[in-house]
Amino acid sequence: MNDTVLSARNLKRDYHLGGGLFAKGRTIHAVKGVSFDVARGKTLAVVGESGCGKSTLARMITMIEAPTAGELAIDGEEIDIVRKGMTPELRRKVQIVFQNPYGSLNPRQKIGDVLGEPLLINSKTPKSERDDRAMEMLKKVGLQPEHFNRYPHMFSGGQRQRIAIARALMLRPKLLVLDEPVSALDLSVQAQVLNLLADLQDEFNLTYVFISHDLSVVRYIADEVMVMYFGEAVEYGSRDAVFSNPQHEYTRTLFAATPRADVASIKARLARRAA
Amino acid sequence: MALLDIRNLVVEFDTAAGPFRAVDGVSLQVDPREVLAIVGESGSGKSVSMLAVMGLLPWTAKVSAERMVFDGRDMMAMSAGERRRIIGKEIAMIFQEPIASLNPCFTVGFQIEEVLRFHLGLDKKSRRDRAVELLTQVGIPDPAARLNAFPHQMSGGQCQRVMIAMALACNPKLLIADEPTTALDVTIQKQILDLLMQLQAEHGMALIMITHNMGVVAETADRVIVQYKGRKMEEADVLSLFENPQSNYTRALLSALPENATGDRLPTIAGLMEDFTPAPSAGEGARP
Repeated sequence: MNDTVLSARNLKRDYHLGGGLFAKGRTIHAVKGVSFDVARGKTLAVVGESGCGKSTLARMITMIEAPTAGELAIDGEEIDIVRKGMTPELRRKVQIVFQNPYGSLNPRQKIGDVLGEPLLINSKTPKSERDDRAMEMLKKVGLQPEHFNRYPHMFSGGQRQRIAIARALMLRPKLLVLDEPVSALDLSVQAQVLNLLADLQDEFNLTYVFISHDLSVVRYIADEVMVMYFGEAVEYGSRDAVFSNPQHEYTRTLFAATPRADVASIKARLARRAA
Repeated sequence: MALLDIRNLVVEFDTAAGPFRAVDGVSLQVDPREVLAIVGESGSGKSVSMLAVMGLLPWTAKVSAERMVFDGRDMMAMSAGERRRIIGKEIAMIFQEPIASLNPCFTVGFQIEEVLRFHLGLDKKSRRDRAVELLTQVGIPDPAARLNAFPHQMSGGQCQRVMIAMALACNPKLLIADEPTTALDVTIQKQILDLLMQLQAEHGMALIMITHNMGVVAETADRVIVQYKGRKMEEADVLSLFENPQSNYTRALLSALPENATGDRLPTIAGLMEDFTPAPSAGEGARP
């Protein structure tokens, strides 16, 4: 069996804005043909600024939206949700964790039910087993058994993101799409969540697509990096290659714009300021 | 003499579970032309202490301080009216969400001119000229036409530039920037930080930069205060803070930066941390 979990060829997505009474319709090319492969157990980081198409890409990978053109294969299976539709088996393969842990949990649902719901919808697991597996996952992501019957508002941002990760893992997916999972979190909590993601990746042999605009996080977590700019992948390669020798002008701009917190660059800045 | 001198500031909120102390005895001084960064995680009281200075806290907040002096004037003894004449004129503030900070019902030109009318009493013609001049300073292309734009017609970075223009309208002596770039992309963040530093140097104002981002601190500050749970953990000049942090909280914060990672796991700040101790230098009114 091929060990490529996710493979995309020339993936495109257009949005048509309908014209109004006076305005003409327009077409926006959100993603303009990107190709990549991710091997099992590896992390692909997608970097870019707002509006570059990285979240549209995430929506296509998670099968929320169908691509306008191009091919997408997940775990060796060709995906075509327009013609073949979605099946529970397909849904099990890919799960997503969103950026804002305050908006992605239903405030009226207890944590145990949040975690059990993917099983309720996609499988015929009985209630008692759903609860057992939810409890097990709760412990796995570093929460306590007494959290099972609590509501989302009783948790901090970092704990909520742990819950969102636990929910994503309930169906034992092969591929996890993480859409800016730590950018709403404090530095210390960010470190804990990143460590949790690394632990879970080792344990379940998970494949990650990690969407982020924070280059220091990407450098820490990624195996491969893809830089997107206006819907195109302007740079794609291994982490070390991209960070040590960026090819595209935009990647270099991005690196230059990232604030640096090392002593040498502080000294250089203070020297410039004194001059 | 310090431009802003605060001693032992305490801010308490009444909650159902009793009074909650958001700021617990923080002292700070800012000199003219100095860039001071206040860094801390959410709940560290870094924004609340500055809102207390601006008088922008809701009435449920109880503010007390041994001393709160701006430019030789005691702000604790001031009436609300006197304070309003200083706020926005001599002390200006910009916020984290640039789009939410502007009034969506008025053009940006109107909002900039409002400041000029209230504080300086300029006539219509000179207000317009000054507004164009300000937008030019903050690097908005075609400023005369952009004055008629509404906030929703501008990007986040441009709205933050408009906020900076409003803050600079009366040539303040002190600018407080509360997470000015958190909502922006890194390339835009760089532009806004460069702009703030350039304007700070040109106008010779003092700048207090509130942030949780150590990178932003490293790129802008002269001096740094680290806060945690309403208390000051450390105060040092920027180089000594990064080279030789004194408080164990600062050390933990710096080691949690992904770029400082050495192994394949990040060191985390352990548990609910009661055991962090302020550096000796962070004590009462001390200055390194």
